Amino acid sequence: MTVAKPLPHDAAKLHVTGAARYIDDIPTPEGTLHLAFGTATIACGQITAMDLSGVRAADGVVAVLTADDLPFANDVSPSAHDEPLLATGEVHYLGQPVFLVVADSHLNARKAARLGQIAYTERQPILTIEEALAADSLFEDGPRIWTKGDVDPALAAAPHRIAGQIDMGGQEHFYLEGQAALCLPQEGGDMVVQSSTQHPTEIQHKVADALGVPMHAVRCEVRRMGGGFGGKESQGNALAVACAVAARRTGYACKMRYDRDDDMMITGKRHDFRIAYDAGYDADGKLLAVDFTQMTRCGWAMDLSLPVADRAMLHADNAYHLPHVRITSHRLRTNMQSATAFRGFGGPQGVLGIERVMDHIAAELGIDPVIVRQRNYYARMGIGGLSAPRATRPPEDISGHKKQSGTELDRKMDLDPSPPQQTPYNMPVTDFILDELTVSLLTRSDYHARRARIAGWNAKEPILKKGIAFSPVKFGISFTLTHLNQAGALVHVYQDGSVHMNHGGTEMGQGLFQKVAQVAAHRFGIDTAQVKITATDTAKVPNTSATAASSGSDLNGMAVANACDIIRDRIAVCLAQLHQTKPDDIRFENGDVHIGTRTISFAQAAQTAYQNRISLSATGFYKTPDLAWDRIKGEGTPFFYFAQGAAVTEVVIDTLTGENRILRTDIVHDAGASLNPALDIGQIEGGYVQGAGWLTTEELVWDDSGRLRTHAPSTYKIPACSDRPDIFNVALWDAPNPAQTIYRSKAVGEPPFMLGISAFLALSDAVSACGPHYPDLQAPATAEEILNAIDRARG
Amino acid sequence: MQVTFLLNGETVTLDAPPTRSLLDWLREDRGLCGTKEGCNEGDCGACTVVVTDPHGDTGARALNACILFLPQLHGKSVRTVEGVSGPDGELHPVQAAMVTHHGSQCGFCTPGFVASMVAGHLKGRTDHDDVLAGNLCRCTGYAPIIRAAKTAQDAPPPAWLDDPALPVAPVPYAPETLDALATWYAANPDATLIAGATDAGLWVTKQLRDLTKVAFLNRCRDLQHFEFAEGAITIGAGVTMTDLMETMRVHHPSYAELIRRYGSEQVRNAATIGGNIANGSPIGDNPPALIALGATLHLRHGPKLRKMPIEEFFVEYGKQDRAPGELVTGVTIPQTAPNLRCYKISKRFDQDISAVCGCFNVTVQDGHVQRARIAFGGMAGTPHRANAVEAALIGQPWTALTISEAAEKFETDYTPMSDMRASASYRMRVARNLLHRYFAEMSGHATNVLEVAP
Repeated sequence: MTVAKPLPHDAAKLHVTGAARYIDDIPTPEGTLHLAFGTATIACGQITAMDLSGVRAADGVVAVLTADDLPFANDVSPSAHDEPLLATGEVHYLGQPVFLVVADSHLNARKAARLGQIAYTERQPILTIEEALAADSLFEDGPRIWTKGDVDPALAAAPHRIAGQIDMGGQEHFYLEGQAALCLPQEGGDMVVQSSTQHPTEIQHKVADALGVPMHAVRCEVRRMGGGFGGKESQGNALAVACAVAARRTGYACKMRYDRDDDMMITGKRHDFRIAYDAGYDADGKLLAVDFTQMTRCGWAMDLSLPVADRAMLHADNAYHLPHVRITSHRLRTNMQSATAFRGFGGPQGVLGIERVMDHIAAELGIDPVIVRQRNYYARMGIGGLSAPRATRPPEDISGHKKQSGTELDRKMDLDPSPPQQTPYNMPVTDFILDELTVSLLTRSDYHARRARIAGWNAKEPILKKGIAFSPVKFGISFTLTHLNQAGALVHVYQDGSVHMNHGGTEMGQGLFQKVAQVAAHRFGIDTAQVKITATDTAKVPNTSATAASSGSDLNGMAVANACDIIRDRIAVCLAQLHQTKPDDIRFENGDVHIGTRTISFAQAAQTAYQNRISLSATGFYKTPDLAWDRIKGEGTPFFYFAQGAAVTEVVIDTLTGENRILRTDIVHDAGASLNPALDIGQIEGGYVQGAGWLTTEELVWDDSGRLRTHAPSTYKIPACSDRPDIFNVALWDAPNPAQTIYRSKAVGEPPFMLGISAFLALSDAVSACGPHYPDLQAPATAEEILNAIDRARG
Repeated sequence: MQVTFLLNGETVTLDAPPTRSLLDWLREDRGLCGTKEGCNEGDCGACTVVVTDPHGDTGARALNACILFLPQLHGKSVRTVEGVSGPDGELHPVQAAMVTHHGSQCGFCTPGFVASMVAGHLKGRTDHDDVLAGNLCRCTGYAPIIRAAKTAQDAPPPAWLDDPALPVAPVPYAPETLDALATWYAANPDATLIAGATDAGLWVTKQLRDLTKVAFLNRCRDLQHFEFAEGAITIGAGVTMTDLMETMRVHHPSYAELIRRYGSEQVRNAATIGGNIANGSPIGDNPPALIALGATLHLRHGPKLRKMPIEEFFVEYGKQDRAPGELVTGVTIPQTAPNLRCYKISKRFDQDISAVCGCFNVTVQDGHVQRARIAFGGMAGTPHRANAVEAALIGQPWTALTISEAAEKFETDYTPMSDMRASASYRMRVARNLLHRYFAEMSGHATNVLEVAP
């Protein structure tokens, strides 16, 4: 039994000894060249002249390329073909790559890249939301609007009404390993690409287009990334394409890695949002209607902004039933880095919008915000539902056709007589467990008693104020672009019983490879040590989706299980024939294969199958069932299921300076029946701290000319070691996923990020102790913003 | 420049350009790619290595290899992540604990964490948050790393890390005495003096400057002493912030607490007090404390000595009262100042440059303010004394009313600016409020969020 074991990350020993290889660590061939971009120094305008003679004359420079030198496609966009690798005359943001330096060393390339003389005709950049709205500068033809019910009459009829607005900043990914790629030219014009990417197939695709070759001529490989968080879903395209073009031109291997400042100046970040709300509610705090307007700055290119903004709309309800709701979404084009995927992919912004509404209602009514939230929760799953975490594991029905009918789980679901409540996009919510999870968390965290103690502290202390807050998350799992919900795998069993495992998912630290290896080992009944985890490779598994949307283990776990089962079943058929028994009587467990009363090792079974000329190699495939989604109407079933969780955070603030600190955090998070509890808890702890960072110290500042002023860790502050909560209790809600996922586990990559919202709400709660008014805290809640909010609270 | 040092126990001698970083050399020339480049400016710790200086008897210290120039290593011993495991591949206790406690996810920051943890472990450190303040991790949220550090802390340091002392000959680029240094610098006033390279390193890695004429100060032991005399302490300009913090814990605990938040472990291990002063930055954290302490700065030009109240050194933004070829040799402060309080305000507690750094040293006798020295960084183009506020306090009763009235005088003393760290109005408001904090703290109120228990 390897599934559900808390095994360490497969590369942990390589990590701690420095032996784990990242792109920049791969030994390169003699003569490898190094690349750097020369970038625009204005945010908006036209290039009128370029003098690159100084660049060409600089030490070690081999070639300098501009858009005119690109032989084929000059495009690194993942969507709308609106991102030239090198500027074609128009400059869209400060930091945009304009020319490409190819030199004999990384340092010489960087030095030369600063020597370009570029003349521009400058135009006034569009930077703010107001400027973009005034200029009608947007993506798509207008705002997307989704409506459920009759919002305006319901608002007008509501006994209570509040309106407000929250700004939430963007976020730099700050993956510790910057973007990097290495291209190795092959015979016949082929190209091998090593890339730090979450999306090898897209790298393959963009490189093929840039070289004017079919996709079969390009192979992209990625063993691991030093962090991704969405920042390597599309942002690595430029480096890989640049390397490929330069490698083709020079005949030498070419490597490019961004210096950290370049990385932050060039690449996209999380979308910042402004969410305005107008909400009607009753005296108990129950929401009757809400009208959201979401505005996001997408930067200069479309990139992934449409699905990001869609997902913000899709999470405007979070955990709450909204009977009448309108969500209007403006996707604004601005002269800044192109905002891109980042853990949660718009979800966190949408969730913060409704959590803000809950908080505001609670403040207006003087009701504990937890109670307001509980009153607005979706109806719980089934009658009597899953009333407690279940110790028993679900049936192992991952291939579908073996599913037993009438399990306890399904019976309880079937007993529910009332139709499930629907999301704003009319998807029934059938798996809601937050009501019971919340009760459990409030007990574990001693919430109510601590809230009373905090009130006592605040009454006594004039300068330091404490706050406590609860926030839940319900996060939809699946790519909203439905066709992406597929995955492939390739599994070989060698005649010694060792297993080579490959799939389309990429490893960025989340432990995907280990989880899927546990699945593979479990299918064959062997130890994970017998399963070789191999680099993601577009030549082994084609047409992969990005490792994103928390989907990695759901999709690739299933695909690998499918491949393993095919081989296992072939071995079973072979052994059954040899031993005059039925394949169903053959069991694979603990490294052995049991054939009736006989037992042989898995290695012997593999050897026997080989000698009987049985194919021990198989591809596996999986597609998520039951998805249907119309993003224009905002209707359908975009998600396979919802992952859920909740957190309670306690903070203290200094009312003189706004300095603040997280004191304690308690989390209960739903990872279904966890494939690996240790790795899942790692995602939860890390996601929480990253989410709290987004809403506290991580502030992106652009100046009036559109220059990003926070482009290095000296000025952009992600949480440091001492910023984690002093007391940090994380527990898994270990109940099986009602949806038929791999071993009934749930996706865990993104959802815990949103638990960091409880830290923001706790800060707001602490500020509330300073005065009678709603503090209207904006994000990120830097020390300065907290001081401003204290002023508002005092009135 | 001829450099000899121990790398993972083996002697290395090479001829290095003055500003070749240890990190680039390890990765590009030695193929030791375990040590990572995360930011190339000493802020993320992915490049951390363990450096022991038998010469300075300070034991093993974590340093950022990205802003550590090879000539700084002459005579030292370096351990990279590849060199902390045992000869037969046995994991160091912190490595083993990092595996067991799931302390790595993407693994890119991990070698740097391991190096910092090994250095801390060698010294028996249990203040893990401080040991690791200079190592950023974006994946784990740090909790499992701290669990690993706690697990490993009681294991004895492995014997395989004991490096022998490496006797090396003096080198011309690193003067061994103050006399030699002062003479050389007076004759070469256009040269750059490099102490810890925590700032000069960035001139090279980020501004891509070529520094050709340099002298390294780390072998000049004359600059690395504390001298205690007549109620005063003279701190040599070459004293590292780590060593200064240890001494200040005894004499000026609030200053020590400020230093605890100055840069990070790796930065404090490299940076020197003299470097921080001579650099003249308006946001250096030492000058406000030193001004509040009434420090005297010592300079030397060839044989010529000069001293001045430290606040007079900072003439205007980018300009200090230092002649070409003249160097800062040390600073003298009183041994005691029980009313000194230092406040550092920044977006993040650790490893962050101050938005505002305010230091207060007010003496109250018989309920009235007798003396007041108040100085701020981040409020003007130089570290600057709050003369008007001081004047509004001196002679007045030590009351909340006096504080409120005096706080208004910050507007006279300072015209701060807005930048990515804070707005001008926040800076001004915090300056005023820090005077209130000082009054509250001296009156026994809880004022520090870092001291609040959950």
